[in-house]
Amino acid sequence: MTAEDVHAPVLRRIDPAELLVVLPALNEQDSVGRVVREVRAAQPEATVLVVDDGSTDATAERAASAGALVMRLPFNLGVGGAMRAGYRYGHDRGFAAVVQVDADGQHDAAEIEQLLAVPDADVVIGSRFAGRGEYAVRGPRRWAMRLLSRTLSGIVGTAVTDPTSGFRLVHRRAVALFAEHYPEEYLGDTVEALVVAHRAGLTIRQVPVAMRVRSCGRASTDPVRSAVYLLRVVVAVGLAMVRRAPR
Amino acid sequence: MPDLRLSIISIIVAIAALGLVFELLRRRRLREKYAAIWIVIAVGTVVVAVFPQILQGVADLVGIRTPSNLLFFGSLIVLFAVSLQLSREVGLLEEQSRRLAEEVGTLTMRVDALEKPPDD
Repeated sequence: MTAEDVHAPVLRRIDPAELLVVLPALNEQDSVGRVVREVRAAQPEATVLVVDDGSTDATAERAASAGALVMRLPFNLGVGGAMRAGYRYGHDRGFAAVVQVDADGQHDAAEIEQLLAVPDADVVIGSRFAGRGEYAVRGPRRWAMRLLSRTLSGIVGTAVTDPTSGFRLVHRRAVALFAEHYPEEYLGDTVEALVVAHRAGLTIRQVPVAMRVRSCGRASTDPVRSAVYLLRVVVAVGLAMVRRAPR
Repeated sequence: MPDLRLSIISIIVAIAALGLVFELLRRRRLREKYAAIWIVIAVGTVVVAVFPQILQGVADLVGIRTPSNLLFFGSLIVLFAVSLQLSREVGLLEEQSRRLAEEVGTLTMRVDALEKPPDD
C-alpha cells in the first residue's frame, strides 16, 4: 500500500447507470422476486444481478422474470464465491460501484441511497447496530459480535459496529481489488474482506441502516452454535491478521 | 539379528509397494511429481528390510535405543509431510475449481444473452 493511494481523491456522486446491485441467492425463491422488484423501484437505472449460488429451486427463474440479470453458478460456492463472481462482473463491465444486498429481503432497498450518500469511502457498510432500526441479538452471539466489532474496528482504524453485515457498497478501486481477492471462507467474505481492503489502503466507512425482520429463517440463539460461531470469529480474525496481503 | 521370517515379510511388503508405485506410474495414474517421493520411500523400505543393520547404525548415531522407534519416527515425519502437501494441493485445486465455476457462471450468462432472440 502506498501513501498516495490513501489520500487520493475518491470519485463521488456515482452515475446511477453505473451502479451494479448484486444479490447473492441460495434457494430464495420466495423472496428473490420481491427483492429484485424493490431494488429496481428504488434504483431504476441500476443494473440488478442475481448470482444464483447453485439453487435447487426456482430462484433463477423468478429473479429473471422480475427483471434481473441472472448468473447461475454450476455449484454452491458460498456467499464469498458468489460475491467474487459479482465483483468480477462489475469490474469487467466497468461499473463504478457495486452494492451487495441480501436476497432474503432483510435489507431495505430504499436504504441504498444512504450508502451512496457517504463521501470519500471505498467501502461503505450498512450497519444494523449504529443507531437506527431495532435489530438486536442476545447472549453469546452478541458477545461474539461485540468482540469481533471491537477487534475489527481496532484493526481497520474506523468504527465498524456491524462487521458481518451483508449490506455494503463498494466503489471502483475496491471492486477491482475484490474481483481478484475476495475471501470465500466462512466469515471471510465479510470480516476478512474488510481487513484485505484496509491493508490495500482503502477507506472503510459505515452508515446506520434500519433492518427488517427476516422474512424467512431466524438467527440462531442455541448456545453451542453461538460458541462455535465465536470460535470461528476468532479464527477468521486471527487468519485475516496473519495472512499475507494480496500482491 | 531380527527374525528371518520378519525380514522376509518386510522385504515382500517393501517390494510390493515399489511395484505398485511403478505400475501406477506406468499406467499414467500417478503424476511424476508425486511419484518421486513414493519411489524414494519404497526403495528406502526395501533397503532397510534387506539390511536392518543400517537402521541399527542410524539409531545408535542419533541416540535412539530401539531401532524400530527410529522407523516409527521417520514414518511419522514422512506421512506428515505427504499429507500436508496433499492438503495444500487440495486447497489449490479447490481455488481453481471455484474460479472456473465463477467463469462458467459469467460465460453462461453471456451466451444466454447472445442466444436470446432480440425483443424488438
